[in-house]
Amino acid sequence: MLSDKDRIYTNLYGQNDWRLAGARARGDWNDTKAITDKGRDWIVNEMKASALRGRGGAGFPTGVKWSFMPKGDGPAPRYLVINGDESEPGTCKDREILRHEPHKLIESALIASFAMGAHASYIYVRGEFYNEARHLQIAIDEAYEAGLLGKNAAGTGWDFDFYLHRGAGAYICGEETALLESLEGKKGQPRMKPPFPAGAGLYGCPTTVNNVESIASASTILRRGAAWFSGLGRPNNAGTKLMAISGHVNTPCVFEEELGVPMKEIIEKHGGGVRGGWDNLLAVIPGGCSVPLLPKDICETVLMDYDSLRAERSGLGTGCMIVMDKSTDIIKAIARFSQFFKHESCGQCTPCREGTGWMMRVMNRMVEGRAEIEEIDMLEQVTRQVEGHTICALGDAAAWPIQGLIRHFRPLMEERIRDYKRRHGGSQQVQVPAGTPVAAIAAE
Amino acid sequence: MSTVTNVQPDHFEFDEISEGEIATILAKYPPERKASGALPLLYVAQNQMKRQTGSAWVPTVAMDAVARKLEVAPIRIYEVATFYFMFNTKPIGKYHLQVCTTTSCWLRGSDDVLSACKKATGIHNIGETSEDGLFTLSEVECLGACSNAPILQVDNDFFEDLDGPRTETLIEALKRGEYPEPGPTNGRHGAEPEGGRRVLLEETGSGQG
Repeated sequence: MLSDKDRIYTNLYGQNDWRLAGARARGDWNDTKAITDKGRDWIVNEMKASALRGRGGAGFPTGVKWSFMPKGDGPAPRYLVINGDESEPGTCKDREILRHEPHKLIESALIASFAMGAHASYIYVRGEFYNEARHLQIAIDEAYEAGLLGKNAAGTGWDFDFYLHRGAGAYICGEETALLESLEGKKGQPRMKPPFPAGAGLYGCPTTVNNVESIASASTILRRGAAWFSGLGRPNNAGTKLMAISGHVNTPCVFEEELGVPMKEIIEKHGGGVRGGWDNLLAVIPGGCSVPLLPKDICETVLMDYDSLRAERSGLGTGCMIVMDKSTDIIKAIARFSQFFKHESCGQCTPCREGTGWMMRVMNRMVEGRAEIEEIDMLEQVTRQVEGHTICALGDAAAWPIQGLIRHFRPLMEERIRDYKRRHGGSQQVQVPAGTPVAAIAAE
Repeated sequence: MSTVTNVQPDHFEFDEISEGEIATILAKYPPERKASGALPLLYVAQNQMKRQTGSAWVPTVAMDAVARKLEVAPIRIYEVATFYFMFNTKPIGKYHLQVCTTTSCWLRGSDDVLSACKKATGIHNIGETSEDGLFTLSEVECLGACSNAPILQVDNDFFEDLDGPRTETLIEALKRGEYPEPGPTNGRHGAEPEGGRRVLLEETGSGQG
């Protein structure tokens, strides 16, 4: 377990001053020039050596991503775009950085932009984070006032501007190219790739898009050294990570923890244990709603990191877990995610636009049990037809929770269907009420 | 996607406050990329409507005004205004009650929060406005503050760690013209565990060696 001396986010709970004076007292903005003086290549290599993997959910190595930016100085401006569109259900970690550690983010953005040759950075904060954006804007204004942003930012000799841009309530804008579209003033519909943002991103210029936490961790990693960071956690799963627990635990909270710690230990220590005791646990969704759930027996032993969770056919995702005890109607819990994805599909690709609505309608019948046993297989097949057949990963994200449910709780789904039949007249096919979509009738 | 109301004012012009905000916003983007101002300017328009009429919404004539400012075709603004959930394309009540019902909030009792909202405002269905014009009730997707679930967003503020009775108390206060302090309603300060921090127990410390 992580000790306090190894924490990056020392004001995570806002227990101390979040403004410039407080941030300086915690070590932020302390001789930033000493870091930039080591040069672009040193910074990128140090980030690579730290083995920091992207904290937004995909887990792509941050230093490697930075190295994708074109070498040398081209004619086109370059941009660092920071993704603060935190909207994945269950996820509430970047919010704490935005409102309680804004200067760590701004300073790290300066260093990262310097390393990639960018003179401007935009941060896209989800619209609902109004007060979080207000804190960040105050911090930006303070930084300009103190000469930490603008011409010769923080005495580094690098001109750097940092701008806040608020979203307006669209989960899809967390997808990096949808975010760029939105930042350009358009609907948030993902772009085809290639070209990737490093080649043609914001305004067609070379751009790197990073999660808030990935960027904000950079200043501390570069100060304390790659070896310190990569020495925490496990190989290929290095460092510390902001995590959160929500749902049926005694004390839901946000916290920073080393990767590779057993999930059970985390739930006991930070979450204060499962409501009603560990044996009352039903399942955990380990990293935001897109990753498949894990039943109790796997939660007993699994470690919280990228590779351990992947080995259990789930994922670390954002590292923000949703805990469900035995009182939970797990089918309804997953059906609510289907409603979420239906609501948030941008409508661009047919498999997702039609598939998310279809999956939601079938899932809603599964909640009642008003379905046929064979329809479970059909539902599973449809999730496979959506997955991997869309421009962005929203289609995949909509499919995975349902696949996880079927994988681990199929007997429960069958039992619910049999129970519905018992209550509605024997083992015959269930009566389909008027108004049911044709696709559902054709399936019977 | 939101639908646009048929009842529209026939005129909209940015006032002095809005013009000041617009100047600040457009300075953020390269001059030839001022279309980037679409979302921020729609907020400016919505806030001005709130100031002028008490209802935060964006009528079509305001979208036209945004399009003129940004020198883009009006359809570019219409499609943006109807794509993003936070722009109200029809009038709403004085307070916008937005209940998160996604799974993390649902597990912690968002059903109770929703019922309490209906009971205290007299609203029967989601999307409606109360008879006194004070409240519009919406169901929203995950607000990203799940460790403080369940959450009710009133206009721009999160009220966190709610239950049914505390939701009713909040709405009764709003009816009296009071505005309680946003944030957790159960004594928490932020996202630390209820009952106090378990880590970061030293009061200060750089943490950066």
